[in-house]
Amino acid sequence: MADKRTTEAEAVAELRDGMTIGIGGWGSRRKPMSIIREILRSPVKDLTVVSYGGPDAGLLCKYGKVKRLIYGFVSLDSIPLEPHFRKERQAGGFEARELDEGMLQWGLYAAALRLPFLPTRAGLGTDVMQINPDLKLVQSPYEDGEELVAVPALELDVAFIHMNRADVKGNGQYLGPDCYFDDLYCMAAKQRFMSCEKIIETSGFLKEGTVHTLRINRTMIDGVIEAPGGAHFTECPPDYGRDEKFQSAYAATAKDPKAWENFKADYLDVTEADYQRKVNER
Amino acid sequence: MSDSTRAEVCAVAVAEAFRGDGEILVSCFGTTPAVGARLARLTFEPDILMTDGIASLLGNVDPVSGDKPEPVVEGWSPFRSIFDLLWNGRRHVMMFASQIDRYGNQNFACIGEHAAPKAQLLGMRGAPGNTISHKTSYWVPNHGPNVFVEKVDVVSGVGYDRAKALGPVTARFHEIPRVISNLGVFDFETEDNRMRLRSAHPGVSVDEIVEKTGFELVIEGDVPATAEPTDEQREILRSIDPLGLMNKEVRV
Repeated sequence: MADKRTTEAEAVAELRDGMTIGIGGWGSRRKPMSIIREILRSPVKDLTVVSYGGPDAGLLCKYGKVKRLIYGFVSLDSIPLEPHFRKERQAGGFEARELDEGMLQWGLYAAALRLPFLPTRAGLGTDVMQINPDLKLVQSPYEDGEELVAVPALELDVAFIHMNRADVKGNGQYLGPDCYFDDLYCMAAKQRFMSCEKIIETSGFLKEGTVHTLRINRTMIDGVIEAPGGAHFTECPPDYGRDEKFQSAYAATAKDPKAWENFKADYLDVTEADYQRKVNER
Repeated sequence: MSDSTRAEVCAVAVAEAFRGDGEILVSCFGTTPAVGARLARLTFEPDILMTDGIASLLGNVDPVSGDKPEPVVEGWSPFRSIFDLLWNGRRHVMMFASQIDRYGNQNFACIGEHAAPKAQLLGMRGAPGNTISHKTSYWVPNHGPNVFVEKVDVVSGVGYDRAKALGPVTARFHEIPRVISNLGVFDFETEDNRMRLRSAHPGVSVDEIVEKTGFELVIEGDVPATAEPTDEQREILRSIDPLGLMNKEVRV
């Protein structure tokens, strides 16, 4: 059985300019932030990023890594608008492909099932159709003949997700209330990396949670990264909640270039180990 | 005249928007809608379902401020289930509108042209799917001509003119029961589904509403005053929001 353990650096070394990446989690919830921080330190650029966006999208936009962002929203949850995303968006820093939240799921699901598209009513009659000029309609072949939006498959080159627990084989377990769409990101991608709070023995999973929490199986994963605190400052319950104080400080840097430079020097221009140490020392 | 606050009047109007909804999920943006929905559930719509805002359906009613009781969880509602449920149609959402026009086209995506926005707002979020799939009402705590506009910059929620253009099959689940603002209650129960002033909140004149609305409202005869909370309702409202958070949300 393969031991799929790897590191953030090795995972990010697989990225090439212009790739399409998907990032699991939702808003400021269980985001693979240690991998995002590694991408920020890398030279990769011109990414197409698919995300139920939080600080992952905000930081990647702020660093100019994003050519095109495919999203339904970018939020920090307790702070409704991600301020770095907002600033870059208003500066025209990237191509904004805004979709209905459900359409985003549909695109990932279509890719996961290797279908060209999935139909939906969502988007009809709204400017989603104008904002995304490549969206096409499809007519039901049955008697109803209804016209629907054909949401195209969102095929990903690489997917990154963060789980509470994993084993070295690539099985993953979420222990919080919602898996979000993390399984779909993995199934929609050619390469799949899962960071986790803790790598455990396979035999330990059912001591941590019920069988229903084992949503990620090893067919979905190529690399496993042990990253305690890897979702910080987003929440990763039950291991830890959102670091609201840290998040507020991060958000405030959007309005203050000096504060941003300090934040960047303290927390982003450093190794992950130093990041975690500095967070714990606060 | 009672000692109700404007927000309490709004909350009762919100509750009325959910009257008749029965056993469906009610989702709310904003404090006053959250209070109003709870009022409906505690009085005339006991079968309403609500989430804890995370991933549980709550079997009991949790106050929006003050001490929270131990939650009674009656179901699991991760986002994937919510998306399924909303396309299934058993839901009534009350969303914000940064802009809304006479047919109920709504925008909270951005201000200005979408390709180069002056202000990025929430984005499309679930508005396109919500409005084409189930009942959607709107809450506007800051009624003004910059919100009630002739033309919205971006259409995130479908209005009646656009629904009509989609045809009766595609638009068969589209319905905007109410728009509730800090000044009045509005609906689209007119021949051509233009927005109508349904009632003006006590202490607000029709003239003021007309002046603060950027398009021509349908006004039929004498406009009634929005109902004030009964003593019983007021007591319930104050148990739902003991700290009066909703009063901070509503511009008077």
